[in-house]
Order: sequence, then C-alpha cells, then structure tokens
Amino acid sequence: MAGNREYFYRRLHSLLGVIPVGLFLIQHLVVNHFATKGADSFNKAAHFMESLPFRYVLEIFVIFLPLLFHAIYGIYIAFTAKNNASRYNFFRNWMFVLQRFTGIVTLIFVVWHVWETRIAAAFGAEVNFNMMENILSNPFMLWFYIIGVVSTIFHFANGLWSFAVSWGITVTPRSQLISTYVTIGIFIALSIVGIRAIFAFVS
Amino acid sequence: MAENSTVHFIISRQDSPDSEPYQEEFHVPYRPNMNVISALMEIRRNPVNAEGKETSPITWDMNCLEEVCGACSMIINGKPRQSCSAIVDQLEQPIRLEPMRTFPVVRDLQVDRSRMFDSLKKVKAWIPIDGTYDLGPGPRMPEVKRQWAYELSKCMTCGVCLEACPNVNSKSNFIGPAPLSQVRLFNAHPTGEMNKAERLNAIMEDGGLTNCGNSQNCVQSCPKGIPLTTSIAALNRDTTLQSFKNFFGSDQV
Repeated sequence: MAGNREYFYRRLHSLLGVIPVGLFLIQHLVVNHFATKGADSFNKAAHFMESLPFRYVLEIFVIFLPLLFHAIYGIYIAFTAKNNASRYNFFRNWMFVLQRFTGIVTLIFVVWHVWETRIAAAFGAEVNFNMMENILSNPFMLWFYIIGVVSTIFHFANGLWSFAVSWGITVTPRSQLISTYVTIGIFIALSIVGIRAIFAFVS
Repeated sequence: MAENSTVHFIISRQDSPDSEPYQEEFHVPYRPNMNVISALMEIRRNPVNAEGKETSPITWDMNCLEEVCGACSMIINGKPRQSCSAIVDQLEQPIRLEPMRTFPVVRDLQVDRSRMFDSLKKVKAWIPIDGTYDLGPGPRMPEVKRQWAYELSKCMTCGVCLEACPNVNSKSNFIGPAPLSQVRLFNAHPTGEMNKAERLNAIMEDGGLTNCGNSQNCVQSCPKGIPLTTSIAALNRDTTLQSFKNFFGSDQV
C-alpha cells in the first residue's frame, strides 16, 4: 500500500477544497457583506466571529490545516500539467488552465491577506472596518483585492464542478452541462457578494 | 493542370530516438483522393525534398489503412489523428506532419506506444475465462447493453487521447483516458464484472484515475467518438464506492 497514496491524496485534495475550505469561503464572504450595512454592523459581525468558542481549534482544523494541504498539493498538481489550450481550444480545457492559474493567484492573494490581517492580529493589530478601509484606500491594493477575491471565487465555483465529476456525482454529459451552468451561477452570485463588500470599505 | 500540381508537406523528422528533430519540406505530385499515407508512400518511392536533394525516405507506422488499428496516428496540422483517414483535399496546405511526442519517438513519424499496452495489462483489460475444467456458458448480456458496450470497444489504442491530455506528460505517470475506459468496458461485461474490484483497485494505484484533471480534451479528440469523460466520471463513482468498501469492509463480495 505504501507508495500508492496518490488516490487518497487527490480525493482528499478534492474534498478539502469544498469541505471545509469552500464552506469557510462562503461564510467569510457573507460576514464581509455586513460591511455594506456600515462600519458598526461589520465590526459587530467580525467581533462575533472572533469570539466564537474554541476559536483556535476551529481556525486550525477548519481553516489552516485543510487550506495548507489543499494549497501545497495544489501547487504540485498545477505544475505537473502541461497546458495545451492554444492547440486544443475547447471550453473545458480553458477551464482546466484557468483552474490552475487562479489556484496560484488565489494562493498568492491568500498568503498576503492572512499576513496582513490574521497574522497582524496575532501581533496585536485589531481587525475591524478601519483596518480594511486603510488597506483598500490604496488603489493598488484595491485592485489586488478585487482580482484576488474574484480569482478565489472562480477557483471555488469551477472546483465545485470538478468535485462533482471527481466523486462520480455528475457522470453524464448532460449532468455535467447542467452543473456548468449551476457553477457559473454560483460564481456570479458570490462575485457580487465579494465585490460589494470590497466597495463598502471604499468611501 | 492537375497532373502538374503538387502538395506541399512540412515534415518533422528525427533520425534516432535521441537525436534532435528537424524539418524537411516536400512537394508531392497531386493525385485525386490521395491521403497523407499515399503521399508518404510517394516520398518513399522518390525520396527527393523540396530543394531537389535526395534524402532518406520518411519512417512512419501503418497497418490497416481504414482507421481501425490506430498505428498510423500522428499530428497533422496540429491535430493528432490517423494519417490513413486524413484526406489531402480536406487539409489546409502546407500540410504539417509531426510525431506524437507524448510517446518516445522511434524515428521520424514513428512512435513507440508500448506504454498503452502495458497500461492495458496493468488494469487487467481482459475477461479471465480459463479454468481447469469447462466452466460452461457465462451469463447472457442484454442486447441493448451489448450495443452500448460496442461503442466503448471501438478503442484502437491509437494514443490520440493521451496526446491531447495535458496531464499525460513527462512530469506525470498518468496512464491516460484509453485504458481507463477499457476498465469500464470490461466491468460492464456480465462475466468481466466478476473481476470488477481487481480492475478498480488497479486504477486506484499511482498514475491511475485520479490523475484526470477534467480538461476533457480526450473526448473532443477521440477519432472513434468514445465517451471517455463519461467513462472516467462513471469510474470515479465506482472507485468512490470501492474505496469505501476497501476501508470499511462490505456485506457484499
């Protein structure tokens, strides 16, 4: 059995991308959306998340460890592909390339984002509306956040499509076509939620 | 007039497995209804390149000449396909020929597809019926299922799907779509089904099913129109169940 772990690692990678990392993403975007109701509303929601019981256990097992595995194994997957979309110009092949590309963009964004917020918080900074307002007042960082958030949501939505294939949920071409439309819908809906939250910090 | 017109070929050549590839151009006399193979045969008859210099004939693989053996696959104007069914009248000129470099190049356009046949052995793409005594007739197969399975049985191990797949390359040991779909074919057979778990366990090993990245180039490129991605998704479902059985045990054999 040793040396035959690839099946397990791949399936784990696929599962962790949705549960818990994908669910955490949705929760994070929803909490961010409180910013559209004003600074107080956002601060209250952020404070509630911060003061959840077992915070460190939740952070380690729901966010950091799954995310770390998904990211590191994902880099390996992304760089073992030999992208050929210029020769094989098909929709799904472009999605294949974009999934790997957005994975890397998302990783860069998330590393920076975690450094700037969660790690800063560990060193005593307070994560609140003002902090985000300061970050996003820089036009470069505003664009960095917009690209980062949209890339993350794309990676999640398209990853949901391949999750359904990888676990044998959508088998037939028709079911895969329907799930393409559903995941495009999820991408658009979550992008609106994410972008609205970003612009709520820009005044 | 037609007898004076020629067909322009740009052919990627390579003298030995380890030597550097180079390009050579040819002007082959046009004949009506000619295909890429008949043009290569003409070059073999008269191996003179576009500069008028005598050269060595092109090496390529061929066998059936009716798109059922898969041997003459090569990249024609950027698309992997069989050279026997590549009709010159339907191709844009100059016609560019290259070997399928996903496989080791033997010489010129000839490649070594051994890895595909090794994969078929690895996934046990056969139905074991031998015994020490007469096992009698096997279970019957419904006619509708036979017709359905016939589509999967059209695979000729040509290698086009491996060539098109972004995850089949020198950095990965992915066996590719063709042998995976054969597992679905043999697992669908009423007698073959008796060894279903063995084949599923074989494709759950390294280089197996989970290496698929769903680019779906294979199903777009397959010259036989085999529903390769449907096979892969169906096997994803089967291996999900098989892995649960392997881990938790099962009330069924």
